[in-house]
Amino acid sequence: MSTPHTPTPRVRLPRSARDGDEIEVRTLIDHPMITAVSSSDPRDMLARFEASFNGETVIAYDFRNGSAANPTFTFFVRAAAPGDFVFTWTHEDGRSFSTEQSVRIG
Amino acid sequence: MTHLTRRAFGALLGAGAATLAAPGLLRAQTSGRLVIIGGGFGGASAARFARIHYPDVDVTLVEPQTSFVTCPYGNLILGGKRQLGDISHSYDGLRARGAEVIHDRATEIDAEGHRVALAGGQVLDYDKLIVSPGIGLRWNAIEGYDEAASEVFPHAWWGGDGSQITLLRAQLEALPEGGIVGLAIPDNPFRCPPGPYERISMIAHHLKQANPTAKILAFDAKEGFSKQGLFQDAWEELYGDMIEWVPGNADGRIVRVDVENKLFISEFGEEHRVDVGNVIPPQYAASIVRDAGLANDTGWVPVDSRSFEAAAARDIHVIGDANIAPPMPKSGYVANSTAKTAVTAALADMTGRPAWDDPVYFNTCYSHAGDNYAFSVAAVFRATDDGFANTPDSGGVSPRGPLSELARTRRLEARYADAWYDSITADMFS
Repeated sequence: MSTPHTPTPRVRLPRSARDGDEIEVRTLIDHPMITAVSSSDPRDMLARFEASFNGETVIAYDFRNGSAANPTFTFFVRAAAPGDFVFTWTHEDGRSFSTEQSVRIG
Repeated sequence: MTHLTRRAFGALLGAGAATLAAPGLLRAQTSGRLVIIGGGFGGASAARFARIHYPDVDVTLVEPQTSFVTCPYGNLILGGKRQLGDISHSYDGLRARGAEVIHDRATEIDAEGHRVALAGGQVLDYDKLIVSPGIGLRWNAIEGYDEAASEVFPHAWWGGDGSQITLLRAQLEALPEGGIVGLAIPDNPFRCPPGPYERISMIAHHLKQANPTAKILAFDAKEGFSKQGLFQDAWEELYGDMIEWVPGNADGRIVRVDVENKLFISEFGEEHRVDVGNVIPPQYAASIVRDAGLANDTGWVPVDSRSFEAAAARDIHVIGDANIAPPMPKSGYVANSTAKTAVTAALADMTGRPAWDDPVYFNTCYSHAGDNYAFSVAAVFRATDDGFANTPDSGGVSPRGPLSELARTRRLEARYADAWYDSITADMFS
């Protein structure tokens, strides 16, 4: 079996915001999302995406066979406090890929 | 044709049309005046078609360039297969057919007064106006990409005086050994959907001979493109790993350029250094129709699907890349095909010859991927009550398969492409 692909998580959000502002968060991860439903390639799927802010889950999504390759999410969060976002993608095989970014307020 | 100065144009707006009669007496009586703005695939085709089929209509064509450089086959200059002179066309043929060709820029359309002002001060009045102005580039839609930046990272996405395509060719010739050529490709809709990918192919064709260790990084805002399978097969067969295409969902969308440091910066902040950069920016209809209030908030012009009359103004027909006509592509062929319907519809009232009830529009886009290697997509479209539709069981795309099996088809399509170019430019300029 070949070495599994190690994807690069990408996020884009402002590094600072005013108190109460709605900020746009965009995420992208390069992944083939092979379901193996209609091909003989071995299954290779991400299982879950989760974003947390200061340890609290902001959004979570379980991938299913209908998920496209290179999944991307855009969502909005109201900035009420400074803190750290952590974005984590977990593979069905248990590996996980994370990236972090802090947001200042003011 | 009545020609007035810019000063008189202003005065006439308040003076009423009666004043126009006097200079008109100097000309022979005709059934009407057709003014055409833009001498490209739409406008030149319209002028020629009108002169042939409506010889008693006065035709005036306004086009700034004295020689028209086609975008189709421009990529073959990059591949070293054509020279600028091969894709430049004179307006003498249209003059010989009795069209008046004015080399000036139309600056303002007065839809109410049926007049067009030119940069040189002349004012033309019309009974019917056909506008085929092409695209405008959305400067700064990609941060840092303005007209000055296009002298460093050429767009080469309009013919103009030919300087953009020859600049890009010169940069490719000067590419350091093993250097990187970057392309930034926009989201839909844009002029010539397969164009960027033919361009990638022709750049690779040149580099394979001149600089075989060079790389092409093609950053795309989209996740798929016209004739994708055919192009990607060709890239693999002809150019190995020279070409890397980065789709939008792999962070291919370029949002900023830094011409000083020769950088493309992606949506997620990745910096890519390139030696030669070709930025094809997002587009909208050319300014003349946007300034006239003919475009909607998309920046393109809504038109009637049987007449191409603009939704926002009577007696102005907008054809070519500037209008909204999906699923028809923004192609030279569609501009040529729809020009004839627009002329027929525009001149129906004044000539008493009926417009077509069920017009048919054609498109074929050939793309060259290498020597003796081309393929095509063809379609037949019809007007519907709220737009345009593909005609079922018509058109199609060239077959996919290994070159060993399809060499003859690819070679024949390269010849068909050359024949298409010769015949469509004859249908515009001869």
